[in-house]
Amino acid sequence: MPAAPSPVPVTGRVVVAGASMGGLRAAEQLRAAGWTGAITVVGDEPHMPYNRPPLSKEVLAGKASFDSLAFTPKAAAADVEWRLGSPVAAARLAERTLDLADGSTLAFDGLVVATGMRPRRLGCPGPTEGRHTVRTLADAQALRDALTRPGVRVVVIGAGFIGCEVAATAVGLGVREVTVVDPLPLPMVGPLGEAPARALLRRHEERGVRFALGTGVAGFEGVGGAEGGEDRVTGVVLSDGRVLPADVVVESVGSVANTEWLDGNRLDLTDGALTDEQLRVGGLPYVVAVGDVARFPNARYDGVPRRVEHWSIPTDTAKHAAKVLTAQLAGFEVCLPAFAPLPTFWSDQHDFRLQSFGAPALGKGDVRVLDGDPDGDRDGDVLFGYHRGGHLVGVVALGGQAAAMGAAKYRAQLLKQPALTA
Amino acid sequence: MKVVVDMNKCQDHGQCVFASPDVFSMDDEGRLLYVSDPDESLRDEVEEAADVCPLQAIRIEA
Ligand SMILES: Cc1cc2nc3c(=O)[nH]c(=O)nc-3n(C[C@H](O)[C@H](O)[C@H](O)COP(=O)(O)OP(=O)(O)OC[C@H]3O[C@@H](n4cnc5c(N)ncnc54)[C@H](O)[C@@H]3O)c2cc1C
Ligand code: SF4
Repeated sequence: MPAAPSPVPVTGRVVVAGASMGGLRAAEQLRAAGWTGAITVVGDEPHMPYNRPPLSKEVLAGKASFDSLAFTPKAAAADVEWRLGSPVAAARLAERTLDLADGSTLAFDGLVVATGMRPRRLGCPGPTEGRHTVRTLADAQALRDALTRPGVRVVVIGAGFIGCEVAATAVGLGVREVTVVDPLPLPMVGPLGEAPARALLRRHEERGVRFALGTGVAGFEGVGGAEGGEDRVTGVVLSDGRVLPADVVVESVGSVANTEWLDGNRLDLTDGALTDEQLRVGGLPYVVAVGDVARFPNARYDGVPRRVEHWSIPTDTAKHAAKVLTAQLAGFEVCLPAFAPLPTFWSDQHDFRLQSFGAPALGKGDVRVLDGDPDGDRDGDVLFGYHRGGHLVGVVALGGQAAAMGAAKYRAQLLKQPALTA
Repeated sequence: MKVVVDMNKCQDHGQCVFASPDVFSMDDEGRLLYVSDPDESLRDEVEEAADVCPLQAIRIEA
């Protein structure tokens, strides 16, 4: 294992599957780790890697252009080959060969799995026009066009962070009727726990978002289409029987890992690509996973493998995985400590920000207010601490800039904390 | 080395401050301050700061 990034005298090819943030960071970090062989990145989307968080915020609000989202690749990655606009169709890992959808095959010495997620869709049949998701540039463009038509009524299905952001952005755009539907009783209650979720709900309601909580979606109503079909959505039928009129429906009901191309290789692909504590996939020394698609154990916590859909994770995983892959392709043993990132997450909604450090979801059973008053005045900043076994495992700030800075003060403490045992 | 932060993009997330406290800091109002010509020895941490900026507002120009 090279201690510093000294060039490893190895030739060969690393293929990175997926050309988004994780794929870009993996390519850059392979160079930083000393990999001098070829790097080819294969991506389904036609674009060079771009930043997704603004898609549900600034881009949707019309405050940032699509061009402003492109990442600027590091100079060291200038010789990376980009094969964009066509996905990897299948992988034969034992033979170290990929089949691309364009009919070609690509041999590799090392493989980085970076194919991320796609939005989960509701199973309900019915009209398709007017139903949106937000994951790609094209999605955001289409939704922005729909939201800026005068007088539209919007129903957001799913009160997770993307649903909450889209609802907030829609209200900010002047859309008068925005309703968020979720079978759970509070928005983002899964990751945040009850008291913070209640504070979040109140802020949204005060800013004009309506909620239909504790009810699912039974189907859609629609009009138009050939031969009496129903092409365009006009309403959302809730499981409690109510019908919400809707011109625009946003489905934000979670995401599905893009791992079908890895089928047939005896891998554990239930909810992402399972990795070991060094981000290796399937016990193979030459395959690693990065970003949203990686289901990895975090040595900082309880060792249970989880996927983490936070923006900080593609960079953190890429740094670690690139070192592991480079070392192993050069024939070294890996003697790095187990991967143990401190997750960080933010979400901008209306005029406030949620800022999280650590793993609040692990400490939802013991949430304490560290600062502020969650039931106090409308714009007060609040800081929540999440505990497990008496230890602080995460903090979440809700409010303005000062709240986020308050959360940041606990970051050092969270970093120093001894690992949790299961 | 030369560092430029696009202040039109920056939303004062402060992630850069964790990555490179020698170069980036926050004033009392929570606005970003930074050294535009840091010493070459800080390159690694400044690159790290550029990576972790959610708005991708930090450019290293030389
Ligand atoms: C709208 C939105 C807002 C967000 N906001 C925030 C936020 O505020 N804060 C935060 O912390 N995080 C946020 N995130 C999460 C963050 O953007 C993700 O964690 C990050 O994009 C993950 O990057 P990735 O490269 O792992 O995966 P992805 O970005 O999903 O990239 C995977 C890429 O692989 C491609 N691909 C898929 N299958 C194949 C195949 N077979 N062959 C080749 N290529 C393939 C896909 O087309 C895609 O380009 C947001 C995400 C979205 C969608
Ligand atoms: S991380 Fe980026 S957005 Fe945040 S303060 Fe630094 S430059 Fe500004």
